[in-house]
Amino acid sequence: MRIPLSAIIGLFITGVYFFCATFASWVAPYGMAETVGEVWEPSRLGFLLGTAPEGTIDAQYWLGTDQIGRDLLTRMIYGGQTTILIATAATILSFTTGSVLGFFAAVSGGWVDQALSRFVDLVMSIPSLILALVILSAIDVTVVTLIVLMGLLDSTRVFRLARAVAVDISVMEFVEAARLRGEKIAWIIFREILPNALSPLIAEMGLRFIFMVLFISTLSFLGIGVQPPLADWGGIVKENKDGINFGISAALYPAVAIATLAISVNLVADWVLNRTTSLKGGRS
Amino acid sequence: MSSPLLSVRGLKIGATVYPPDAKPHDIKIVHGVDFDVEAGKVLGLIGESGAGKSTIGLATMAYGRGGVKLTGGTVFVNSRDVLLSDRRDVRNLRGAEVTYVSQSAAASFNPAKRIMEQVIEAAVSQSKFSKNDAQARAVELFRKLDLPEPETIGDRFPHQVSGGQLQRCMTALALCPEPDLVVFDEPTTALDVTTQIDVLKAIKEAIRDTGVAALYITHDLAVVAQVSDHIMVLRQGEMVEYGTADQIINAPVDEYTKALVSVRSIDHKEKTPSGEPLLRVQNITARYRGTKFDVLKDINVDLHAGQTLAVVGESGSGKSTLARVITGLLPAREGVVNFNGRELSPELANRSQDDLRELQMIYQMADTAMNPRQTVGTIIGRPLEFYFGLKGAEKQKRIKELLDEIEMGDGFIDRYPAELSGGQKQRVCIARALAAKPKLIICDEVTSALDPLVADGILKLLLDLQKVEDVAYLFITHDIATVRAIADSIAVMYQGEVARYGGKTEVLSPPFDDYTDLLLSSVPEMKLGWLEDVIANRKMQSGGN
Repeated sequence: MRIPLSAIIGLFITGVYFFCATFASWVAPYGMAETVGEVWEPSRLGFLLGTAPEGTIDAQYWLGTDQIGRDLLTRMIYGGQTTILIATAATILSFTTGSVLGFFAAVSGGWVDQALSRFVDLVMSIPSLILALVILSAIDVTVVTLIVLMGLLDSTRVFRLARAVAVDISVMEFVEAARLRGEKIAWIIFREILPNALSPLIAEMGLRFIFMVLFISTLSFLGIGVQPPLADWGGIVKENKDGINFGISAALYPAVAIATLAISVNLVADWVLNRTTSLKGGRS
Repeated sequence: MSSPLLSVRGLKIGATVYPPDAKPHDIKIVHGVDFDVEAGKVLGLIGESGAGKSTIGLATMAYGRGGVKLTGGTVFVNSRDVLLSDRRDVRNLRGAEVTYVSQSAAASFNPAKRIMEQVIEAAVSQSKFSKNDAQARAVELFRKLDLPEPETIGDRFPHQVSGGQLQRCMTALALCPEPDLVVFDEPTTALDVTTQIDVLKAIKEAIRDTGVAALYITHDLAVVAQVSDHIMVLRQGEMVEYGTADQIINAPVDEYTKALVSVRSIDHKEKTPSGEPLLRVQNITARYRGTKFDVLKDINVDLHAGQTLAVVGESGSGKSTLARVITGLLPAREGVVNFNGRELSPELANRSQDDLRELQMIYQMADTAMNPRQTVGTIIGRPLEFYFGLKGAEKQKRIKELLDEIEMGDGFIDRYPAELSGGQKQRVCIARALAAKPKLIICDEVTSALDPLVADGILKLLLDLQKVEDVAYLFITHDIATVRAIADSIAVMYQGEVARYGGKTEVLSPPFDDYTDLLLSSVPEMKLGWLEDVIANRKMQSGGN
C-alpha cells in the first residue's frame, strides 16, 4: 500500500496534535494553571530566531508566558486537549445524528422526509453562532453541554448532505431489490446505503471537524465557551489579545495551531476519500 | 487520386491502468489493425464490447478518450498522417474532414442551445460555409433525413424532438461541414427497433446522396449488414475477419464470425398451458402518483408454473410498469393480481414474507442491481439468511451450490461486482433470485445490455434453470429474437395496452395487427437488402416520426 507524501505529512501533524492532546499531562512541561514566571516573558523560539525584543539575554520558555505568567506552551497543549476533545466529540455526535436521520428521511420519503427536512431548514435559518449564544446564556456551560449543543447544531448540515447522497443511492436498483426482499429500514440504511455514502461523508467530516474547532474557539473567544481556568485555543487568544499592542505574539500561536491542524486533517481526509472512492468495495 | 481516403496501418493503441492492488501498468487495447476506406464507401466495424471499435473510430480523428494513448502505426486521412499532425492541423481535421456521430444524441447535444445553432457550429467555425449557407445546407440535410418540418425543426431545443429525430439531427450535424469521412459510433443502439429502422434508412440514404465515406461502428451484425460495403470483425483489439458485407454474412470464414452470424439460434418449443395459472393479472389499470395518465390500461395476462410469458413492446409501452405493479412497487388503481392461488396485496408493505420470497426480480443493469460494496458471497447469501435463516457453513454450502448452478466456480465468493464481467454480473443476479427458491422471476430486459454471445449464454442458462427449478419467468424485452428463443406465451404491449396476447406460435403467425407487424418486421435480419424490403412493405409508420 502506497501512502502519498501529502497524506504522510497530514498523518504526522495530526498525529502529533492528537498525541499531545491525549497525553497532555505528560507532555506539558508545567501544570495547566501553574504560574511560572513574569507576565509575557519573551519566547525562546523568538530568541533563537533573533526576533525577540532588544536586550533579551535569555528566554526560558519555548513560547514565552501568558498574561499572568503561565507557560504558554503548557497552555497551548492543554488548550489543544480541550479544543480537540470538544471538536472531535461534537463531530462524532453531529455525524451520527445527522447521517442516520438524513438516511432515514431519504429512505422513508413522504411526510417523514418533509417533517425532518423542514425542521432542519428551520434550525438552519437561524445563524448557528447566534443560536448558540442564546442557548449558552440560558444554560450551564460545561464541556458536555458544549459538545451536545455544537453537535446537534452542526448535524443539520450533515443531515442535508447525507439526505442528498442517500436520495441518489436509494433509487438504485440494489436498494429496490432489498426492498422487494422485504428488508427492514435499518438494513437498508446501514448495509445498503451507508457503505456507498461513506466517501462524501468522510470528505465532509474533515471539513466539519475544522469548523468545530473554529466554532468552539469562537465561543471561547466571546467568553461563553470553555470557562477559565480550563485552557482552550480560543480562550488563549482572548486572554492574550491585549499583548498584540505591545508586540507580544502570544495570541497568534493558537491561530497557527488551528491552521496547521485544519490543513493536515484535510490532507488525511483527501487520502481516505481517494481510497474509498473506487467502487471495488472500499478495500485495497 | 489513387490512394484511399482513409488508410490505417499497424494502428496500436494503449492505456495505463491503475489497479488498486498493483502498480500502474500499460495495457494494449488495439494490437495493430490495418484497413482502408475508399471515398464514398462504408466500412462496418463490429465486435463485442471491449473489442476496441470506438477506440479505433476515434483514432481516425487523432483522438484518444480518457487516458488512451495512440502508441503506434499510421492513420492517413487524405494522404496526411494525422497522428503526426500538430494541434492546429488536428483542429482543422476534426469537424471539417472527419466528423463523429455518437451513440447517445441526447447526451451529446447541449440542452440549452437550439438544434440549428449546434448543427452549423462546426461548418461555420471551420469557415467552410457562411452562416446563411450553412443554415441552408442544414435545412436541406434535415429534409434528406426525413425530419418533419425541415425549415423550422432547427429552431427547436433538443428536448423538443424525439430520440430518433435527435439522432438524425446529429447525423445532419456531422454531414453539415461536408466532411470526407463520418464516424458513426453505435448511432441506433439506444433506439427502439421500430425507430431504429427509420434512422438506419435515413443514414443510409444520406451517405449515398452526399457521397461521404463512413466508418459504421456497432455490435449488431444485422444492422451493419444493411449499411456497409465492407465489414471488419474485431475481437479484443485484433482483426478477426475482413471482407465484403456479402461475404461476412453469407460465407464467414472465422469461427468467431460464424458464431456471431448464427447467434440466437436457440430452439425452444413452446409449452402448452395446463391447470390453474400461477400468476393471473386481471384488469390492471395503473398510473404514477401525481399524474392523470393511465400508463397501463386494463391489462389481463396469465402465466403458468414453469413457463415463460414474454412481454414485448417499445420503450414507453408500459412493460416495466407492469412489472412494478406485480412486484408491489406501484400499487394498481384498479384490478387484482392473483399469485399462487392468493390475491396479492397491491402495496409492497402489506405482503407476506412468502409472497416476497416467491416473486423475485432480475434487472437490466446488473451493475446497479448489486451493491458495489458487497461481495458475491454476501449478495447471494443474504436471501438465504433472510428467508431461510441459514448461517455459517450451511449458508456457504448453499452459496457454492448456487454458484455451480449459474456455471461459476466458488472462487467468485469473495469477489466484488466490479471485478466481474457483464455476463458474470447478470449470472450473480440470477443466483440471488434463485436463492429465494422463487416460483416466479420477473426478468426486466436482462439481456439487453449484454453482447449477443454473452446474452445467448444467459438465455440458455435461464432455460436450463427453468427445467431444473420449475420456475416461471415473466420476461420483459423489446427484442423479438429473445422472445423467439425463450417464450411460451407472448403479450405484445403498445401504449399501455395489450395489443396481442396468446401462445408463441399463435402471436408470431399471421394475420398480424398493424403494430405487431411493424414490430416484427423492424427487427434487423442478417440479410443484405432487408432494410429496403421492409420499408417498401410495411403497413404502419413507426412512432419515432
